[in-house]
Amino acid sequence: MGQGMAKSLGPVKRKFSPWTDPSAVPFIRFENITKRYGDFTAVDNLTLDIYEREFFSLLGPSGCGKTTLMRMLAGFEEPTEGRILLQGKDISGVPPYRRPTNMMFQSYALFPHMTVEKNIAFGLEQDGLSKVEIAARVEEMLKLVKLEPFARRKPAQLSGGQRQRVALARSLAKRPKVLLLDEPLGALDRKLREETQFELMDIQTNLGLTFLIVTHDQEEAMTVSDRIAVMDKGVIMQVATPAEIYEAPNSRYVADFIGDINIFEGTVSSTESALGAPGAVRIDCDGITVAVEQECQAVKGDRVTFAIRPEKVRISPDQPSDTSVNAVYGEVWDIGYLGDFSIFLVKLADDRIVRAAQANVSRLVDRPITFGDMVWLTWPLDAGLVLTR
Amino acid sequence: MKSSRFDATVLTLGFAFLYIPIIILVIYSFNASRLVTVWGGFSFQWYRTMWSNQGLMDAAWITARVGVLSATIGTVLGTLAALSLVRFSRFPGRMLFSGMIYAPLVMPEVITGLSLLLLFVAVGIDRGFWTVVIAHTTFTMCYVAIVVQSRLMTFDRSLEEAALDLGCPPVKTFFRITLPLIMPAVIAGWMLAFTLSLDDLVIASFTTGPGATTLPIKIYSQVRLGVTPEINAICTILIGLVTLGVIAASISTKRAELRRIRDEHVALRGVT
Repeated sequence: MGQGMAKSLGPVKRKFSPWTDPSAVPFIRFENITKRYGDFTAVDNLTLDIYEREFFSLLGPSGCGKTTLMRMLAGFEEPTEGRILLQGKDISGVPPYRRPTNMMFQSYALFPHMTVEKNIAFGLEQDGLSKVEIAARVEEMLKLVKLEPFARRKPAQLSGGQRQRVALARSLAKRPKVLLLDEPLGALDRKLREETQFELMDIQTNLGLTFLIVTHDQEEAMTVSDRIAVMDKGVIMQVATPAEIYEAPNSRYVADFIGDINIFEGTVSSTESALGAPGAVRIDCDGITVAVEQECQAVKGDRVTFAIRPEKVRISPDQPSDTSVNAVYGEVWDIGYLGDFSIFLVKLADDRIVRAAQANVSRLVDRPITFGDMVWLTWPLDAGLVLTR
Repeated sequence: MKSSRFDATVLTLGFAFLYIPIIILVIYSFNASRLVTVWGGFSFQWYRTMWSNQGLMDAAWITARVGVLSATIGTVLGTLAALSLVRFSRFPGRMLFSGMIYAPLVMPEVITGLSLLLLFVAVGIDRGFWTVVIAHTTFTMCYVAIVVQSRLMTFDRSLEEAALDLGCPPVKTFFRITLPLIMPAVIAGWMLAFTLSLDDLVIASFTTGPGATTLPIKIYSQVRLGVTPEINAICTILIGLVTLGVIAASISTKRAELRRIRDEHVALRGVT
């Protein structure tokens, strides 16, 4: 939406991390929540705290229970077990029309028989506000989403991006304590989606609201969120900031779900220091020896996973000085040119594929490394990850 | 070429079979002669005498009232039945209930009529205007339920959830959101119910009593005494009404389609 919008940037983002403060009181608390549909368990004994003014993402593949969790907070579903606390109060049994949450639906759910302004005013009318107050608030919302000229249109007369903004304005009009966004940008094209992501962040910061977003798009979650909960099969795999999720995933599932990563199975051959203490772990991955400097619970003989992001792998035609550890040799099998980056798929002697990404810093069209070249892939001690689950 | 000539012949014969009797009926309603089968020149006289035929006019009035009442009650009940069938996907006896909704559609009218007659006799209600209304309501509500049910199948539930989410209680949500959106289906159901009630002979003749002769019963009983051109005249008017209804319905569908296309153009241009 936004050329005009992008220029009115808010204040510089402050550091925000209430979850590291043990005395902070969570704004929303999911407490041992279980939701079953017959034999199917959609959400399994899940506990999660979300703090005030947080932009929180529930990320996972479809069917992981993220939407069910959000719908329980909105009041459309009741948990089978456990309770949901909002500002310390149990909201079980409170119907959706009495909850201080508002939701932006994936389908936008705009009322097709009402104009844009009637759609935005709908929630305010339910609160019994006066006509003047409603008109003022609608005006303010239309301005916020840059839709003033479209106030009298019906949803059918709007483009996808405009409908998305009406849906946002409508769900924000009542100033909900928590705004729930169900795959809010899924229907937009890539360019518009990126712009809208930044606008959502601005709106969230400026209005000081708590946002809970459900998405399966990891890039979207990474961009907008303060924290992300990665979900799988009704349980939370990891809750952390985008950077932690990306750089320090706690499991093979999270590592594989977020971004691109090379994964090798291996056996711990030595741990340089005592159990649990920091130090380098050596892993034998079927002929490749890797070493990682990481605090790790694994002991000699354990089966573990070694994971490394492609952009942390250096690619070079020259042989490194030490080839015994963190170095593999292979043939460039395929190159994916992404503009800003190129992804090299390197085939090792045993047919394993290792991916290496290289930033295209020069404007050379003919790259020095090309199909069929024999190359060395190397990485430093702190680049990889040992995952024990 | 040969096969296309064959197609044309079949088509012509088919349409002739369907429409020639109706055309003959319409033509003879303008017949000056009292004899139905002999053409005696063009005349409007049967349309004039029709209005002064008190029995025929009473029957028409009763039929109209039965139609409006039973279609309205049937539409309310049928819409509620459709809502519960679509919305409460798991209640005990749902399969039975949804099967039973369809039963009156395939049930021979004679059986429906007879069973209602037996019911009214058993309960001891005097047969007349209201028993016909009740009888017509019972079978038209099934048609309404089916029409409304098919609309509700494609209804986006998140619209109702959005209204609830914005603080609108369920009953109000139904009247502000659901009903306006399914209105075309409800109206179509009402018109179907009204038409069905209008031309029903069998069920009405089982359930009616003295002083509540509907138009189809009247026409049928008069024809048995001999066809008069007045019958042709009133039938022509009925045909005219039904034709007008069909044309109006198709024009409104066409206009809705045009409006949708225009809206899409407006959305694409993206300016006011």
